[in-house]
Amino acid sequence: MTDIRKIKRDFPVFIHNPGLVYLDSAATSLKPQSVIDKLAEYYTKYPANIHRGIYRISEKATEEYEKSRIAVMEFVNARRFEEIIFTRNTTESINLIAYSLGRQIVGADDEIVTTVMEHHSNFVPWQVLADEAGAVFKVVDINGDGCLDVNTSNLAGIITKRTKILALAYVSNVLGTVNPVKKIIRAAKKINPKIITVVDAAQAVPHMPVDVRDLGCDFLAFSGHKMLGPTGIGVLYGRYDLLNSMFPFNFGGGMIKEVTIEKTEFPPPPARFEAGTPAIAEAIGLGEAIKYLQTTGMDKIAAYEKKLTAYAIKHLIESFGADIRVLGPKTADNRVGVLTFAFKNYHPHDIAHILGEENICIRAGHHCAMPVHNRFGLAASARMSLYLYNDYYDIDKLIDGLKKVKKILK
Amino acid sequence: MTTIYQELLLAHYQNPKNFGRIIHPGKTITVANPLCGDVITMDVIVADGKVKEIKFSGHGCVISRASGSLLTEYAKNKSQKELLKLDRAFIIKLLGIELGVNRIKCAMLPLEALQKLLI
Repeated sequence: MTDIRKIKRDFPVFIHNPGLVYLDSAATSLKPQSVIDKLAEYYTKYPANIHRGIYRISEKATEEYEKSRIAVMEFVNARRFEEIIFTRNTTESINLIAYSLGRQIVGADDEIVTTVMEHHSNFVPWQVLADEAGAVFKVVDINGDGCLDVNTSNLAGIITKRTKILALAYVSNVLGTVNPVKKIIRAAKKINPKIITVVDAAQAVPHMPVDVRDLGCDFLAFSGHKMLGPTGIGVLYGRYDLLNSMFPFNFGGGMIKEVTIEKTEFPPPPARFEAGTPAIAEAIGLGEAIKYLQTTGMDKIAAYEKKLTAYAIKHLIESFGADIRVLGPKTADNRVGVLTFAFKNYHPHDIAHILGEENICIRAGHHCAMPVHNRFGLAASARMSLYLYNDYYDIDKLIDGLKKVKKILK
Repeated sequence: MTTIYQELLLAHYQNPKNFGRIIHPGKTITVANPLCGDVITMDVIVADGKVKEIKFSGHGCVISRASGSLLTEYAKNKSQKELLKLDRAFIIKLLGIELGVNRIKCAMLPLEALQKLLI
């Protein structure tokens, strides 16, 4: 991470868009050349369907696809490769749990607990499930700094023996807050050992080392495209015994053991949950993205992003004082480089539009997290988010851009 | 690149025409774009099939507010029938700028309010 210019050179988008200031990695990340090459490698050298192809290029495709699964397993420290299910994205991973497990275990008067800072993908599936089952939907609040209003002492008032599922984000996609997931899970399991814990790690896995065994979670979901990988590929990690007790989510090819006119038998995980031809190229590309991240080093990436985040917070506040209101933690501790802010009374769309004209990419809107915006009394906000290819110069350009916004909108 | 933040639109944003409420409106409506949080309340008095008085309020971006300002100016003394015919192409011409798919919704919000009032 010492030479950022080297890292930028790995991302061809900067060659095709000179001067691009990309600060929207929480939405999707840019892709290094090695990942793009890997996609092309599949399509040019072994573009066959996987599994059951009794010829060389199908065997090669299968081998690469399964190698990626092993790479993911090692990356998040799962116990066995069968615990890694390839999905389309985080949203599909969470829906898979809600359908295949949630609908089996949640009944009337049971409880599902989530938090107000969730992305809609870890909120709506549970809200709908609770509604259908006649269960209680509990939403944990946050404090003014955007940290969960929960600790080991008050958790007993939230989690009970009737709580079947606890769903929470590792890192908030709006506030940047890193939640003490390990502590919360441990405390929740003490109250109710049978509780199922679901971690939305879409904003965590790209930016910090994540260890599912250390966290003690039952499920963990993330997306390939936010971690330098292709779009259309996501991951669901699940504890093997749980996955093995679950019913399929989709039915069709690739997920059967035996089909007769009378009935169908399903194979064990992961095949049980991967119906139809999967995103083969994308899964293989994800393996390559993981290789890139590991070569760079997740610890180094996290440390570098922390420095950038501290720089960004300092300069935003120094340059704009009370005109800017950063949501979430005000220091670089316990947060990642997702900085959401309100700027005077300017509409976030206007801020993003004027910055866009300067070739600076940030996001405006509710970032698929309306409950947390309501919590702060905002309809929408502006969000900049960092990744390993950003540098101090990008932040300086953002500050200059925001000065221009102020000049235009007064 | 031509900016959408031209003097004319910024002037309408900073000092919108017909901004506020009619005390005894004939009809009132509130429309919203929940995706970006824009909300517009529009009051109107119609007589003899024509818009006699019109005001709008609420909060939104430069585009939606400037569009509300320009549209309400245009609508005064126009017939209901004529106003119901207005479309996206008219709004783009009224604002005098090109708008991408993501911003056209902001520009169309005041027209949505007006036409719902007149139906």
